[in-house]
Amino acid sequence: MALASDPPKAGFRLSMLIYDTRFRSITIQIVVLLLFLAGLVWLLNNAYVNLEAKGKDFNFSFLWTRAGYDLAQTLIPYSNDDTHLRALVIGLLNTLLVSFLGCILATVLGTIIGVLRLSQNWLVARIMTVYVETFRNIPLLLWILLMGTILAETRPVPKDFRLTEAMKAAGEEPKASMWFFDSVAVTNRGTNLPAPAFDHSLGVVDIGWNLPVSLNALAILAVMSASFWGWRRFIARAKAVQEATGTRPTTWWPSLLILFAPISALLYGLGFHLDYPQITRFDFTGGFQMLHSFTALLIALTLYTAAFIAEIVRAGIQAISKGQTEAAYALGLRPGRTMSLVILPQALRVIVPPLISQFLNLTKNSSLAIAVSYMDLRGTLGGITLNQTGRELECMMLMMGIYLTISLTISSLMNLYNKSIKLKER
Amino acid sequence: MSETSFVRTEMLAPKPAPVSQVGAIKWMRENLFSGPLNTALTILGVLATVWLVQAAAPWLLHGVWNANSLSECRAIIAAAHGPEATGACWAVIRVRWNQFLFGFYPVDQYWRLFVTFAGLFLALAPVLFDALPRKLLWGALLYPLVAFWLLWGGPIWGPVAVLAGFVILGLLFTALAPKLGVPVSAGVGLVAAALFWLYAAAPIEAALQSALPFALSEVDSDQFGGFLLALVIGVSAIVLSLPLGILLALGRQSDMLIVKSLSVGVIEFVRGVPLITLLFTASLLLQYFLPPGTSFDLILRVVILVTLFAAAYIAEVIRGGLAALPRGQYEAADALGLDYWQAQRLIIMPQALKISIPGIVSSFIGLFKDTTLVAFVGLFDPLKGISNVVRSDMAWKGTYWEPYIFVAVIFFLFNFSMSRYSMYLERKLKRDHR
Repeated sequence: MALASDPPKAGFRLSMLIYDTRFRSITIQIVVLLLFLAGLVWLLNNAYVNLEAKGKDFNFSFLWTRAGYDLAQTLIPYSNDDTHLRALVIGLLNTLLVSFLGCILATVLGTIIGVLRLSQNWLVARIMTVYVETFRNIPLLLWILLMGTILAETRPVPKDFRLTEAMKAAGEEPKASMWFFDSVAVTNRGTNLPAPAFDHSLGVVDIGWNLPVSLNALAILAVMSASFWGWRRFIARAKAVQEATGTRPTTWWPSLLILFAPISALLYGLGFHLDYPQITRFDFTGGFQMLHSFTALLIALTLYTAAFIAEIVRAGIQAISKGQTEAAYALGLRPGRTMSLVILPQALRVIVPPLISQFLNLTKNSSLAIAVSYMDLRGTLGGITLNQTGRELECMMLMMGIYLTISLTISSLMNLYNKSIKLKER
Repeated sequence: MSETSFVRTEMLAPKPAPVSQVGAIKWMRENLFSGPLNTALTILGVLATVWLVQAAAPWLLHGVWNANSLSECRAIIAAAHGPEATGACWAVIRVRWNQFLFGFYPVDQYWRLFVTFAGLFLALAPVLFDALPRKLLWGALLYPLVAFWLLWGGPIWGPVAVLAGFVILGLLFTALAPKLGVPVSAGVGLVAAALFWLYAAAPIEAALQSALPFALSEVDSDQFGGFLLALVIGVSAIVLSLPLGILLALGRQSDMLIVKSLSVGVIEFVRGVPLITLLFTASLLLQYFLPPGTSFDLILRVVILVTLFAAAYIAEVIRGGLAALPRGQYEAADALGLDYWQAQRLIIMPQALKISIPGIVSSFIGLFKDTTLVAFVGLFDPLKGISNVVRSDMAWKGTYWEPYIFVAVIFFLFNFSMSRYSMYLERKLKRDHR
């Protein structure tokens, strides 16, 4: 009779590979690995045979050839004589720009809506619920197309802003008027905004690869950070004096002086003014034109993502039990301190991880820019470059690689943050 | 002891509460005007609502249903409400509703779509509501093949051959499982079924078709469109992505290093790229990775990649559910002597899936919304593809709002009911008494 404590019999039978739990996991893993490798080899072999048959090779040298197409919105200088690589960078910057602004705006709007949805106010809470349900249950593509259509179809043509001599004589008004004291004009082509300009500009320096950096901006940034640093020092000094003598020196007007005098002086010296858009025969000149493709995409992404963020914020606030607030009050904390020391740190632990994944979603959703022809990474690399060079394999792999890098960077930052705020359990 | 004659001997009748403490006024004071901030918010809310109604109401009220072109619509509205009036031209929906719903599906074959759609509810009913007899689940399992045959047409023997492969798999498994154990018999069954599909299915199919010709007229994939397409892609991806997502989640939780790292790789890759790049992969790249000369249906390719996409998200949701289970549940299953699959099936999954229901359903909603993206690979989704087709007709050039609103309302109804169903399920499955 075999006892349970009998040592396993020596000797190895082939069936132990499947029935013995000590070996089974190894067997399964080897089988899986072999299947995976076989599949990979099969795919690569197919790709090789197919490329051979089409007379194509696999290399990325097309990135250094002339792009030959124009782009409307470029954050760094670009002309159609530049390379496909530069067009790729333009597209990537456009993706990052719309994603970054979208994340900020959606967070602000989503937080407001999430808080208002919990409001005591019956009407406001209902309106916010309707907002959230509407935006969450209808595809983002529809919102993007709708925003694009609203901007392009309901806004007047630039000509309507014009006031001709004949109209002046007849005492007529132009059909459309600009907003905010004649500084902003939204036509069916784009949004014309005032742009900052300098009379005595310091010029630009090229830091290589034709990347100009405005010295004005650098100077402004330097002066502002110096002022801020000086202000921090001043406040620290005042605090020290208060600790030592018991009276706090007057800080309000020196603070204002330190913070705003240097920058005002600099701006005055540079001859800073705003360049307003002016209507000419056919379109606006001067100022800065924001394309509707960008505006429509940004608004749609913001409104759509804000609905999701609102739900996250609401869930985060509701997750903190009322006892926490009451305990903080019992300890004698004021409402402001309660919020900043007790409620927010706990709510943020619930809010931040899903919030970051919404940021990731927004970034990925920005690839829907194709619907309004905004030239993002998919529009340049995955669109025109792909069609012109016919290198689907290289372009798609590069594009996926770039998106993957962005996503993994953001999510690894999120993991670091998560680790830092994790509940320390023992 | 003198008489205290000023003590009242009878009770006063109770007075009604002050006006501000009862009824509508009390409710308004508490819910709308409880402070300066709330009052301001209420006024803003009322103003916003009034503005929205004022902007949209005339347009909606002037809507025209009976017309044959946009200019006719405009003429009718101008005649009825004055030359400056605007109004909705719902006539575009009335004239073109069949395209919005069914794309370019042959009109004389619409009965097939109705049968398929009705069948969908019959098949879903036993899955969604467990009060129904369990035997109906077999019908649900059979439904995909029936639906495929009804939608795409062709000889009935193709789906029958596919079914025969599954029957072989099932028979072999049940016959061998007691002797050889689950993994070996499943492997043998799979190999036998694969061999049958690869080598035996086609000749048997041809023989049966020549002996007993029974076929529906074939419909090409490019004739699919509108909500038919969205539902075909959405429903099949939803049905396929749940099991795949569960497998990926289990793989990610597994102790086996290779299985785990492969699962993590797949999940992180798919979640890291936009769906639109995967769709372009389906339409542009798949031809490179398949043997030369093979080309299969674009809808099928899209379904495969959308399934993969949704499965990665569902895997992460289920991983959250698995992580939320206390360790003791796993240990209890081990202590009962259950093997891995028994423990998963009887102890772990029922609880983990219950926790992850809201997340799974919101993945499904996201997936259904994402079916509109197939417009970018040349399929006719209801939102962009079909709307553009309709607008390319001179009669309806310039109809933007009506198609968008129509499509938005239908998407809203589908998704809203999905989210309500998930709330019902959550309530029903709730076991704790908190």
